[in-house]
Amino acid sequence: MTTKMFGAKVARVEDQRFLRGQGRYVDDLLTDDPRLLHSAVLRSPHAHARIVDIDVSDVLDVEGVVAVWTWDDLTGPMAEPLPLLIPHPSLTHGRTQYALAKDEVNYVGEAIAFVVAVDRYVAEDAVARIRVDYEFLKPVVGIAAARAAATAVHDDVPDNVGARMEQENGDARAAIATAPHTLTLDLDVERSACTPMEGRGTVARWDPDTSRLTVWSSTQTSTGVRGCVAAKLGLDLAKVDVVTPDVGGGFGVKINHPWPEELLVPLAAMTLGRPVKFTEDRREHFISSAHERAQQHHVEVGFDDDGRLLGLNVEFWHDHGAYTPYGLIVPIITSTQLLGPYKPANYRVVFESLYTNTVIVTPYRGAGRPQGCFVMERTMDAIAAYLGKDRTEVRATNFIQPDEFPYEHGLVFQDGRELTYDSGDYPASLVKLKELVGWDEFEDFRAEMAAQGRKVGIGLACYVEGTGVGPYEGAHVHVETSGKVKVATGLTTQGQGHQTAFAQIVADTLGVRFEDVEITTGDTRKMPYAVGTFASRAAVMSGSAIHLAALRAKEKALRIAAEALEASEDDLEIADGVVTVRGTDASIDLGTVAVLSNPLRYAFDEASKAATQFSVGDPGKPPVAEDDEPGLEGKDFYSPPRSTFANGMHAVIVETDPDTAEIKILKYAVVHDCGNLINPMIVEGQIHGGVAQGVGGALYERMAYDESGQLLNASFMDFLMPYATEVPTRIDIDHLETPSPLNPLGIKGAGEAGVIPSAAVFAAAIEDAEGFPIMSMPISPSELFDLRLAHADEPHPTEATPGI
Amino acid sequence: MKPAPFAFLRPSTLEEALAALAGEQGAKVLAGGQSLVPLLSMRLAAPSMLIDINALPDLGHVRVAEDGVRVGALARHAEVLASAEAAQAQPLLGMALSHVAHPTIRNRGTTVGSIVHADAAAEMPMVLRLLEGSVDVVSVRGRRTIPAAELFAGPLESTLAHDEIAVEAFFPGLAPGAGVAFQEIARRHGDYALVGVAAHVETDGEAVTRARVGFVSVSDVPVVVDVTAAVQDPGGDPAATALAELDPAEDIHATAAYRTHLVKVLAPRVLAAATDHARSRAGEAIRP
Ligand SMILES: Cc1cc2nc3c(=O)[nH]c(=O)nc-3n(C[C@H](O)[C@H](O)[C@H](O)COP(=O)(O)OP(=O)(O)OC[C@H]3O[C@@H](n4cnc5c(N)ncnc54)[C@H](O)[C@@H]3O)c2cc1C
Repeated sequence: MTTKMFGAKVARVEDQRFLRGQGRYVDDLLTDDPRLLHSAVLRSPHAHARIVDIDVSDVLDVEGVVAVWTWDDLTGPMAEPLPLLIPHPSLTHGRTQYALAKDEVNYVGEAIAFVVAVDRYVAEDAVARIRVDYEFLKPVVGIAAARAAATAVHDDVPDNVGARMEQENGDARAAIATAPHTLTLDLDVERSACTPMEGRGTVARWDPDTSRLTVWSSTQTSTGVRGCVAAKLGLDLAKVDVVTPDVGGGFGVKINHPWPEELLVPLAAMTLGRPVKFTEDRREHFISSAHERAQQHHVEVGFDDDGRLLGLNVEFWHDHGAYTPYGLIVPIITSTQLLGPYKPANYRVVFESLYTNTVIVTPYRGAGRPQGCFVMERTMDAIAAYLGKDRTEVRATNFIQPDEFPYEHGLVFQDGRELTYDSGDYPASLVKLKELVGWDEFEDFRAEMAAQGRKVGIGLACYVEGTGVGPYEGAHVHVETSGKVKVATGLTTQGQGHQTAFAQIVADTLGVRFEDVEITTGDTRKMPYAVGTFASRAAVMSGSAIHLAALRAKEKALRIAAEALEASEDDLEIADGVVTVRGTDASIDLGTVAVLSNPLRYAFDEASKAATQFSVGDPGKPPVAEDDEPGLEGKDFYSPPRSTFANGMHAVIVETDPDTAEIKILKYAVVHDCGNLINPMIVEGQIHGGVAQGVGGALYERMAYDESGQLLNASFMDFLMPYATEVPTRIDIDHLETPSPLNPLGIKGAGEAGVIPSAAVFAAAIEDAEGFPIMSMPISPSELFDLRLAHADEPHPTEATPGI
Repeated sequence: MKPAPFAFLRPSTLEEALAALAGEQGAKVLAGGQSLVPLLSMRLAAPSMLIDINALPDLGHVRVAEDGVRVGALARHAEVLASAEAAQAQPLLGMALSHVAHPTIRNRGTTVGSIVHADAAAEMPMVLRLLEGSVDVVSVRGRRTIPAAELFAGPLESTLAHDEIAVEAFFPGLAPGAGVAFQEIARRHGDYALVGVAAHVETDGEAVTRARVGFVSVSDVPVVVDVTAAVQDPGGDPAATALAELDPAEDIHATAAYRTHLVKVLAPRVLAAATDHARSRAGEAIRP
């Protein structure tokens, strides 16, 4: 047998290309095509205004301008609002924007006009010449303003409330009322965003001879884009192909679709009969893609002397920005995943999803979980502080135990299915984490540092993450006559290393060489049925589908080989692409099996002669049996009953400078359980990236909106994404592998995990260093300084108020 | 983020550049482009013409003489930083330059360009003021030397006339018995400082005879404050003296109170470090 690839630290084969600058992104496409046109968008400079008049008369005078569109020029479905992708009964007042604003703009950055020109420079010159008369309306910025509702974002949405949703398991309020101890906490998380290196981008080419549209988009769902483009432009689905080339990062923002430009570019290409490109610039990405994270929580909790949660009642307000294209996914995830690894006896959660005149909110890596984790873990720390107990002890008291799986929470998750955890071993994870970070030795370290006049603190945070949501993914595995294996799955790749991880699965399942497997993702021509890459689902969904499809191909290979080798299928094994009768020299390579699988009339090369009509088959029977197909292929789909729940725990030791209030990371430790590991190196890479992004979210990044709705830091100069110099140089990682019973490979998702606990874990560590509560994240040195001043006179400050 | 149209000129002689600059009101000089190009791309500036000085001869020097360091208009931050001779003659250059942006930006950005760009958040304008240096500028009308104290007119505004090109900055060398120090707090490594403070201290034996402190990002122009009296007075508070002349402002990264606090933390630190530096140099001078 060949060495097992599943579970091996195989180096990512795609990195050679990426690191040498040989990636091919949307903006790299059609650059040699002299007919290619470029586009630019006029975006609202105002957060809230009525459009009185748009005057484009000066635009066509600009040399090189080809066309300009405003809403008035749109017809049919294009003139309708963009789709509300995920409707929900609680989303009573869902609103989506138009591809180009109609009558009103609701955030700075909203698309108003679309200009196509010979290059982007000219297109921007033209955009500058469009004159719009606005009637200004008062903007609603931030959760407080949205709740106060002095102004309505949308006239027909009372109190700015898009949705109100409540779930309850047991009777939380009653349990709290009779609990021995109670606490109340108010917590805040600010806006941030994914900020991938590559922004949004779309290229479209219309072929008038075949009436076929090809769209290349930097998306996390090519099938989703295809469906929307066909519907909006009134094309048959079969006439639209969507291809996703290399994508320079998604982190969630590119799952939202269709973006206005994703429709306007194909529209322009069809109208003008020339290929058209849109490449978003950095400022546009800040003001016209999507943000996340902003929420305010009010927590009431009742517990016993051990810190056991008797009742937890959480009320929160979610800022979803100007429109709701992605429904309630983010707040639903917050409201359910807040529970983490714990089992409160009674839980009630109610949220309002609020309109503001700011950029829309759609999932950003973690997708509502970082907020939920922050809230739950701050609550755990507050309980520990109140009872004078070790923070790990209070957590351990509340853990779901390994023998309690599957564990039903009595709530409905984001996929409309029961929130039921499949597996995990939280106590074991906690033991590992304490050891990894040196939890029990920390007080000695603190004393040692204090003797040098240095302040340090330690924090931990636990999370559970529902990964691998349905509905399904599929895969097609094709063994060519060369023995090479071509695999197609429909979801997209944004740098996750799918070529490597998926090829590992195929190598093992089918018994072929890893190098012989080529994976295609995100191409609707190769696999038209697919959902997308989000919710840490690619490995679980496509990994499982690929495994199942490879099994089908294997079954067929064994059947054909058995016939050719005149042996029983049970005696055959496949390794390195060769089928052998176990214990003998008799063998046939998979390439030849592929030749035999496809009865031919014409021989096109030496090998294919073996499959021509005078060489194979029983002349008395049809060359392809009734229930068979030509070709050595396997196709299958994987559709899980529900999500599989990964989990993990992070701990951090920070140092806070007593003079400057700067915050330094001394140690970062991660215990991670995503079931069986396909490739530990890739999983650790995902954790490293997640932690780096989490450090950004906790200590550096925020969306600085002013009262008028202008984003003051819409550039990497002022939106402080951390550099390599700001992230820990070392992250200690330990894995636990608790297989999922829900899929054939026992795997769980790993893509978002690294970022989920950061706000929680940094708040805990800073609080521990400073001795006063941290209730709002992110936190900057300037804010820490302000907090020090505010708490300077209190001997034992607490923000978690006893009682309710 | 594409610039508005502009004419582009890349002259090969200074005379040609000066004539073009004098002839076009809307023209701008392009040096390393690390400040100007982002402004163009964001359409915050739309000059009618760019006069690229990168092909001009004889402006790339970092020349060290008895009296100090002369940096030509095309010398990149990285070249000034790499010069051991320059660091020897005036240690503050290297101390400050290592905080200017990142290596890639220092490879292109020029020190002279940074100075005439006159950003109060930039290190080198303040360093020039603290060291009491000067800038030589030329135009079709002739050549003149602008002392640092007269160079900075306001936020992002130097006293260069529109038709003038800065050809050289002069940083006086560090006198025996003098010492310098620099510290800054930035949100991320290489970012513009939240607060940056440099000190220049002159000593005579144990006595401090002159002490001055320069500030980055604490007012809208580079500010240098003479704190000699406060340093000489045992109960003196140099930071308070300095703050009387500063105007810390709030922005999205720091409150005014935090900036004020950082001035109080950093000013005594750099003064102490510069004093130590002065004494150690005096010691070295005596030893051989
Ligand atoms: C991401 C980033 C981070 C940065 N961080 C810092 C930092 O921390 N500290 C810091 O100090 N700087 C920082 N900078 C700016 C950098 O130092 C620039 O190099 C410098 O400000 C300008 O030098 P330049 O040669 O690039 O000038 P240019 O951008 O070419 O020109 C700047 C201005 O000066 C004028 N000008 C330039 N040279 C002359 C001349 N010889 N005569 C007359 N006028 C002239 C131009 O017309 C223009 O108005 C940063 C830049 C970037 C992009």
